[in-house]
Amino acid sequence: MVEQQTEILRPETLIEEFEKNGVTHIITIPDSETNYLYELMEKQESLDVVPVSREGESMSVALGLNVAGKVPVVLIQNTGMMESGDSIRGMALDAGFPLLMVVGYRGWTRKGNTPDTAATYTEPFLNAFRINYYLVEHDADGPRISEAFQEARKTKRPVVVLIGDEYHGFNR
Amino acid sequence: MIEAKKVFEAFQEYRGDAVVSVQGTSGKHWSDITTNQKRDISLGGAMGQSTSAVFGLALGLPDQKVVHFDTEGALLMNLGVLASIAGKQPKNFVHFLLDNGCYATTGGQPVPNSEEIDYAVMAEGSGYASTYNFDDLEELSTSLSEIMSQDGPTFVAIKVHPEVENLPIGMRERRQTRSRSQTISDLREELKIT
Repeated sequence: MVEQQTEILRPETLIEEFEKNGVTHIITIPDSETNYLYELMEKQESLDVVPVSREGESMSVALGLNVAGKVPVVLIQNTGMMESGDSIRGMALDAGFPLLMVVGYRGWTRKGNTPDTAATYTEPFLNAFRINYYLVEHDADGPRISEAFQEARKTKRPVVVLIGDEYHGFNR
Repeated sequence: MIEAKKVFEAFQEYRGDAVVSVQGTSGKHWSDITTNQKRDISLGGAMGQSTSAVFGLALGLPDQKVVHFDTEGALLMNLGVLASIAGKQPKNFVHFLLDNGCYATTGGQPVPNSEEIDYAVMAEGSGYASTYNFDDLEELSTSLSEIMSQDGPTFVAIKVHPEVENLPIGMRERRQTRSRSQTISDLREELKIT
């Protein structure tokens, strides 16, 4: 059955979840769908935004920050996540530290039928790396972000929040 | 060109309390020279990524001098890190590059354009606060005080002799006596990070 997504995910919801969980740094590569979130993050005194040049760097910078006692979050798109396979393996999974990765689910549709292969391979990619993930589509799903944080802290592994809001409300 | 071991011997004189990371075939000498192992950190584990990890460490420890000995083969796999580092301007970060011109660990094949490439120019163009090029030990030695005392990010490219390894991996000299997780635990204990 085809459903329409009628509610939006406000960027403020993510900021609130980050604050609740003591996040100190956001390591990110901006994309066109999250520019309003980027602007909001930069205004938060509690958050230090760390732009990187390629997504594979984000897990590594996060590891260094974790060693220093900080609480980093990675914010990237699914295309960049797939490019980062060796970093996810060596710098996140093997390093064994709690890491929340917020991943824009480019190409995602509720009906599950998409012409965008970025979406086609996103969940198979995560399953191949045995990384658990939570789908966040709108504001009511916000608490799932805290659930993902809890799981990451408990398992000392990366956990992904897939933002299934592309092309809807994340872009102001 | 300089022997990598001589680079580390010269650096040790000016290390102070700096947190130090090394990698690559050239980096193996550091374990014989360091006098403060609890502040030595190993954050390698993926291709070209230790530099990004040590950059993250420097951001998280702004009151500590953080020094990374990179290699050109690793840097070429993650060149964008120069812009990432320069973008945040970590004053406490010193980025050495031991350039032996080749992939010594795989038998000595040259890195792309090994004879002509200028990494210090790349770092300068990326926005590092200071950059240096050395192929003479005396010149390096006389500059280390300035390099270690000024605000970073500082980039120091050094031409070193390749120490090519051709033995099968299992027959090579063991370079690291502590695991990555052990170096992390030791550093956290040393700096009282909970």
